[in-house]
This record gives sequence, C-alpha cells and structure tokens, in this order.
Amino acid sequence: MSGVMAADMSPVLIVGATSDIGLALAHEYAKRGAALILAARQPDRLQADLLDLQTRYGVSARSVDLDLLDPDSRTRFLDGLTVVPGTVISVAGLLGEQERSQGDAALAEAVMTTNYVAPVLILSAVANRMQEKGAGTIIGVSSVAGDRGRASNYLYGSAKAGFSAFLSGLRARMRAHGIHVLTVKPGFVDTRMTSGMKLPPVLTASPAQVAREIVRAHLGRRSVIYTLGRWRWIMLPIRLLPEPLFMRLKF
Amino acid sequence: MMLSGWGNYPRVDCTVTRPRDVAELMGAIGRNPTLIARGAGRSYGDAALNRAATLVTTRLNRIAAFDPASGVVSCEAGTTLDELIEVFLPRGWFPWVTPGTRFVTVGGAIASDVHGKNHHLDGTFGRHLLSIDLALADGSVVRCSDNENPDLFAATQGGMGLTGVILRATFRLRPVETDLVVQHTTRTRDLAQTFSALEDASDATYSVAWIDCLARGANLGRGVVYRGEHAALGDLPPAREGRAYEDAPRRSRTLPLSPPSFALNRYSMGALNAAYYGRAKAGRNLVSYQTFFYPLDALLHWNRIYGRQGFVQHQCVLPLVSCDEALRELLTMIAARGTGSFLAVLKLCGEAARGPLSFPMRGYTLALDFQANAGNFSLLTELDEVVAAHGGRFYLAKDARGGARLLRDGYPRLEEFSRTRDRYDPRRRFRSVQSERLGL
Repeated sequence: MSGVMAADMSPVLIVGATSDIGLALAHEYAKRGAALILAARQPDRLQADLLDLQTRYGVSARSVDLDLLDPDSRTRFLDGLTVVPGTVISVAGLLGEQERSQGDAALAEAVMTTNYVAPVLILSAVANRMQEKGAGTIIGVSSVAGDRGRASNYLYGSAKAGFSAFLSGLRARMRAHGIHVLTVKPGFVDTRMTSGMKLPPVLTASPAQVAREIVRAHLGRRSVIYTLGRWRWIMLPIRLLPEPLFMRLKF
Repeated sequence: MMLSGWGNYPRVDCTVTRPRDVAELMGAIGRNPTLIARGAGRSYGDAALNRAATLVTTRLNRIAAFDPASGVVSCEAGTTLDELIEVFLPRGWFPWVTPGTRFVTVGGAIASDVHGKNHHLDGTFGRHLLSIDLALADGSVVRCSDNENPDLFAATQGGMGLTGVILRATFRLRPVETDLVVQHTTRTRDLAQTFSALEDASDATYSVAWIDCLARGANLGRGVVYRGEHAALGDLPPAREGRAYEDAPRRSRTLPLSPPSFALNRYSMGALNAAYYGRAKAGRNLVSYQTFFYPLDALLHWNRIYGRQGFVQHQCVLPLVSCDEALRELLTMIAARGTGSFLAVLKLCGEAARGPLSFPMRGYTLALDFQANAGNFSLLTELDEVVAAHGGRFYLAKDARGGARLLRDGYPRLEEFSRTRDRYDPRRRFRSVQSERLGL
C-alpha cells in the first residue's frame, strides 16, 4: 500500500469504535498508515486500544466522545470535528431483543436511533463537508437483516433497511462529487452482538475478516458488499421470494 | 465446550469465557469460585483446562508501550510472540527467549517459564521479565517484580497459572541486525557424538539436537545438531542488501483433517525419521528465523497428525551427572518399542531459574511425542520411572498424565510453591485439571 493511499484515506473516523468490527477496522486502517479518530461513548474505555494502535503501527490515534442516543452529544461531536475525515465509517449497531422491542417503546427507539437516525444524521453532516472538499469515502455497515423484514428481528432489520436505502441514495448524490459510498452488509459475525447465539461456522465471519473485506472494498471502490461474500447468494432468494410465501417462513 | 491442550488429549468439557478486556476479565474472576487462565492453548496437556471456568485471554492482546532505546515492551498477557515479532522484528527486536512455536501468548510463556534453543546462555523467558500485573484470588491486582512481591513474582514463573491471572507483563526484547539466522548443521553417528557436538556448541547462542529415536544398537542416539546465530548485517546475501528485515511471507499451511490412526506406525515413522536424517545438509546455511526457530509452525494444526485420540509429549530434564546413562536407557526403551515420534529433541540446558516450578535445570532435556494410547501410556510410565531414578523431572507444560509422586520427586521446591499459594490463594481458586490430577 503506498503512502499516498494512507494520506488519502486519513484520518479515518470510526463511529461505534468500541464494537468488535470497529476495533478490527481501526487495526486494518492503522496497518496501512492511516491516522484514526475513534468515536464512542465513554472514550476512556479505548485508552488501552489507542496505546496499542500507536505502538503497533506508529500512527496517530485519538478518541472522541459520542453518545449516539443523545442529540446534544451528537451536536457536540460534529461541532468538535474540526478536520474533514478522509474516510468515515459507521459501525454503530444495536440488535435489541425483538420480542422486548415489540412491547418496549424505549428500547425500540434506541434500536431505531442507533441503527438509523444517528448514523444517518452523522454521515449526512460529514458528507456535506466532504462534498465541499471534493474528496472522501463514506462507509456504512448495514446488515443482511435489512434486505427483508423477518419475524425474528424486523425492528432491527427495518432500521438497517432504512440505512441501506440512505446509503444507496447518498451514493447516487455523491457520485458527481467524486465521493465514494460503500454499503457493507455483514451476515453472521462473531461479536458481542451475537455472543450466546449458535451460529453456523461456514456463514460466520470474524471481525478481522469483515474489516479486511471492508478495506479491500474501499480500495476497490465497490458500492455494495456482503461479508462473507456467500451471503449475497443466500440473500438473493430471500429477497426474491413472493411475500405470501415469505410470510409463512418462521425465521 | 470440549476443550483440550495442543496434544488433543485429554478432552474435557469446560465452560469457556473470552473476556474482551481487563475489566471483563476481572468480572469473570470475581464471578467464578474456581478458574484457570488459558492463553493460546499451546501447552500440551490439561494445564489450561478448568471445567467450571476457563478464561481465554487471547483478546487481551494490547501492546501498551515500547522503548526503542532499551527494547523493553509492555503488553497484555494474551499478546502472542507472533504478534510481537510481526510488530518489532522490522524495528530490529526479537524475543529473548522463544519456544519452538511463536503462537504462544506472553502469559502462557510466563506461566510455563518457557525456554528455547538459547537456554544454556540466556535462561528462561522469566530471566528477561521485569514485572507483571497479577490478579489474585481476593480480587486485587498486584504488581510483581524483583522488588515488589518477589515471592509471587518467582512462583508465577513456571507456576502454571496457579498463583493468579497474569494481566500484563513488561519484559526485554533482544536487538538483532537482521531477520536471518546463520545455521551450522552437524550430523552425528551415535549418542556420544551427539553429546560432544552439543557441548562443543555451548558457546553458540542457539543449539539443539534432533535425535533419530528409532535408531538402535551402534546408531543409538544418532542425530543432527544445529547451532545458530542471529545473522549480522554483513551476513546478508547480495540479493538482500539494504533489506535487513524482509516482509517475509508468513503464510502457513493447514493440516485440515486428522489422518486415520493406522497411518502412523513404526514403518511410516521410521521412513520419516530416516528421510529427515538423510536430508539434513551439513555445514553453514543462512535461513529465515521461521525455518530456524519455528519449523513446525509452517504446518498449522500439525497436532492433528496424531489422529482423533491425540498425543502426549514426554519431556524430561536429566541432571548432567546421570544423563548419559539415563538417556541411553530411555532411548533404548523408546527404540525397542518403535512408537516414538518423528521429532525427538535433545538440548543442553543451563542453570535453573528462580521459579520454584520452573522446569529447566543444568543437564539434558529430551522431548518426544507419542500417540495417546494404552500401549504408549505403559511405556511412558516406565520412562517416568527411569527419569525419577536418575533425579530428573518432567515438564508441566507438556504433561497430561504424570502422577503426584513424580512431581514431588522432581521438584524439590514444591513446598515453597505451596506456601506461596497458601498465602495468596488459601482456598485454591486457581486450579486446573492438571493441578487436581497432581494434587498441586
């Protein structure tokens, strides 16, 4: 990887940096020499990771406070962001238990805000600044769950569906300005979000694997990727199945 | 889940937790009445297994600090030597002490007080250790070094995780000019020649012998003796000029499946041994650090070669006074049975370390693998008797089947270790399948 690439992608702003995929992405970009801005709630939790990233890769890395659920925190974060990042990535995600979300409006709202409202507002604000500058890459980590609403996780899925649609529209708008927008749809990933679930190993990626695929798609200027790639072929029939049939599937 | 050490024997159903950071690890220590820490799972037997709670530390792999002037590094205990080499070899630093695999964690290296091919000069991993942060049974975390809690510091080196959970460690790396090793290879015809070649090599930084343990009679103890030095800048071949540290491809192959157990018999093993002996090229060679230190790491999951039932490694060290007689006895028994492994490693060790349960002592250490089966277990029990009769001891990091008596006989400072645990963990919260088996 040439130094020019690192300069182009730098700094990399990661929203949701304490997540497993977020940290894996921090390593993957730092390995290529990019400077990092890690946004998360209670950024002190990232202290050991910042030292690790600096020591391993000799890059500059800092953390900033961002509580996605708090509109004031989002405003403070955007006001405090004085540089235009070369890359912005939203890895924010909250699965929430579907059954609880159905009856608990506060949890439902937290799921919608974390997966849709907050990432959309933040990426939009950063996109506007990138447009002025005329350069940048915007990466949104959505989910295969956004490809179709399923009984078992449709609240989460609907927020991710909205996020995927947002990214698709943003890509069309930004195309003329030379700004690259990448939609990432992970299938199962072995993270805190899925801990305790029984996941089929052949369909389950590690956070590091997902991070590597994201960076590869970034460099290859891809529009939409599934991780693992085979999820594309799993989701294709699921997307195409007629609703009268689909609604009878219990999964 | 079913869990085992590197030898895939024994397999034990353990409740496994993988904390993401020190805070989560401390929570897990608080919640579980008994527990053991586990690193990369590269000890061979049952040392890193606890049915109730096995805490896997591999996600605690953050490097906290590095001083490029002194080569002192601080990191969390789950950091592997592989990661340290990846980060620091291109800057001119290598672990002072490394075992035969780079896939061990720092915590595991301390708990087993590992040694390498330079033990005769540089001692064990613990000799280069400056301090550790140790989580104790009472929930506190203490710094241990030569000046702070020196008893715990010593007992934890080779203490098999029974003194507490190592959270972080600070230790020295070794400056190297290149990533290559100048290797000298000598072939020997019998045990006497092997001994003398190893003794001749005692001024070399690294020395080790591979023994053809299936050779009998006049050929008993024949083998290949390797000496090594880190290559200096002047040793670089012309093609590598100006590139002291190559971004060497670190790709490894994986042995995907276990071959059927009948694939491994005295004929196939004998053929492998003979091929290895015949292939070793005598003389001076410039080799990569992977080839010199980690030949087996090139085949990930090589442990699967022993089939589903797994294998045990027998590693003992014998004091200098009796090693000639003892090794003849051991090698004769092993060759007669003919079920020994492709790899038998012989190494001359230096002075014993400060840990009461640290393995190496002045003398010869012999290591070889056996498929886990009843026939081999009876042979191993006979080998144990020979080791005990000659004042030797076995290596806890390899052990899966030794007995309490053998432990007492081999480790005269066992009492000191127990007293330290009485003081810091009177209820023996830190315990493993191994410690229970050995009455530790």
